[in-house]
Amino acid sequence: MSVLTLTINDIQCTGREGQTILDIIKENKISLPVLCDLKGLTPVAACRLCLVEVKGIPKLVPACTTKIQEGMVVYTDSEKLRNYRRMIVELLFAEGNHICASCVVNGYCELQNLGYMVGMESVRFDYLWQLFQIDASHPRYVMDQSKCVKCTRCIRVCDEVEGAHVWDLKGRGINVRVISGLDEPWGQVKECTQCGKCVQVCPVGALFEKTATTSEMIKDRSFLERILEGREAKIWVR
Amino acid sequence: MGKVRIGTVWLGGCSGCHMSFLDLDERLIELAQVAEIMSSPITDWKLHTPVKEYQDYPEVDISLVEGAVVNTDNVEVLKLVRERSKILVAFGDCAVTGNVPSYRNLFKTDDVLNSVYLDKATHNQMIPSDRVVVPRLLNKVVPISHVVKVDYFMPGCPPSADSIWYTIKCLLEGKEPEFSKEHYRYG
Repeated sequence: MSVLTLTINDIQCTGREGQTILDIIKENKISLPVLCDLKGLTPVAACRLCLVEVKGIPKLVPACTTKIQEGMVVYTDSEKLRNYRRMIVELLFAEGNHICASCVVNGYCELQNLGYMVGMESVRFDYLWQLFQIDASHPRYVMDQSKCVKCTRCIRVCDEVEGAHVWDLKGRGINVRVISGLDEPWGQVKECTQCGKCVQVCPVGALFEKTATTSEMIKDRSFLERILEGREAKIWVR
Repeated sequence: MGKVRIGTVWLGGCSGCHMSFLDLDERLIELAQVAEIMSSPITDWKLHTPVKEYQDYPEVDISLVEGAVVNTDNVEVLKLVRERSKILVAFGDCAVTGNVPSYRNLFKTDDVLNSVYLDKATHNQMIPSDRVVVPRLLNKVVPISHVVKVDYFMPGCPPSADSIWYTIKCLLEGKEPEFSKEHYRYG
């Protein structure tokens, strides 16, 4: 596998063929906001927060799915990028009903942290106030559509790690919804193993444990790496 | 140099931000040495209507506005306060985002009124028609920045006393309050 050289923010970096710009950014400890990205899951470029500028390409590209190339010149920080990132976060807040004060993950929320990161003092757009459903049919967990940012982490972890594929997407544009089973109540989906992986990887308060109340739900995403490393090392195989 | 003139305003909120303001504790003494609280929800002369309550709102250097804009009176008060303030600060999450009062936006205004005044009322079931006493609800609850220009945002439900003190100190010293997780938090 050949080694490629590129520059990110005028710093010379190296990477292996097949790696993404985001891989190199992480390896070099460069700060870049992400939301749908989670180590261990297939990147899907759903949130567009990791957009970067690449010299010679007129449009912005998502760092998580763009493969590095020899001589690539990447910029992760500019006035234009900062504007777009802040706009994306504001639009996420405007689209869902994100009332932090009454949310189970208040204080531990990745969307909140992104707000601080991009300097979101307020939302300049009109809030949409769509009426979303809450699905509390599962014995252990709740799905609150109003907090969902459609990052699809739950879908990917259930499919790629747990192997149950309980979750999926339906609809288009603003009507996209994360659904369980064939758009059935979560509690009636027999494939659900109640493992809770989807709950733990959810960056916001869309998926939470029934016992959690405001500001109580701290999520543990480190389990994913432990599981994947364990499988790789076959530590559970007799 | 005279004291800095500060006013505080209470729109559609729970007054938690004003309670947090009182949590400044002994810092209030320090504040009183350099600033004068010209108006607040508890110092104002109460007249008969919510709007008149603010008609004598003084010209101030800094106004802290708590609460979302939920009714027609809030709109009038807010515009008046904006006119008479050099610096207007959105004080707390309701003023910044709409926060809990904006949950009402999930329903039609008429349905909300019917539910509160007719369906769930046990006595005198009627929707108030006297708009002087009970102001007309707006169709949507909105943050104050969607009605007037806001100079600074102080999120938090409520903002901590430290956040309030940080903002006031910055403004008194003529510095720009820096937005960061260190100084503010949502919710």
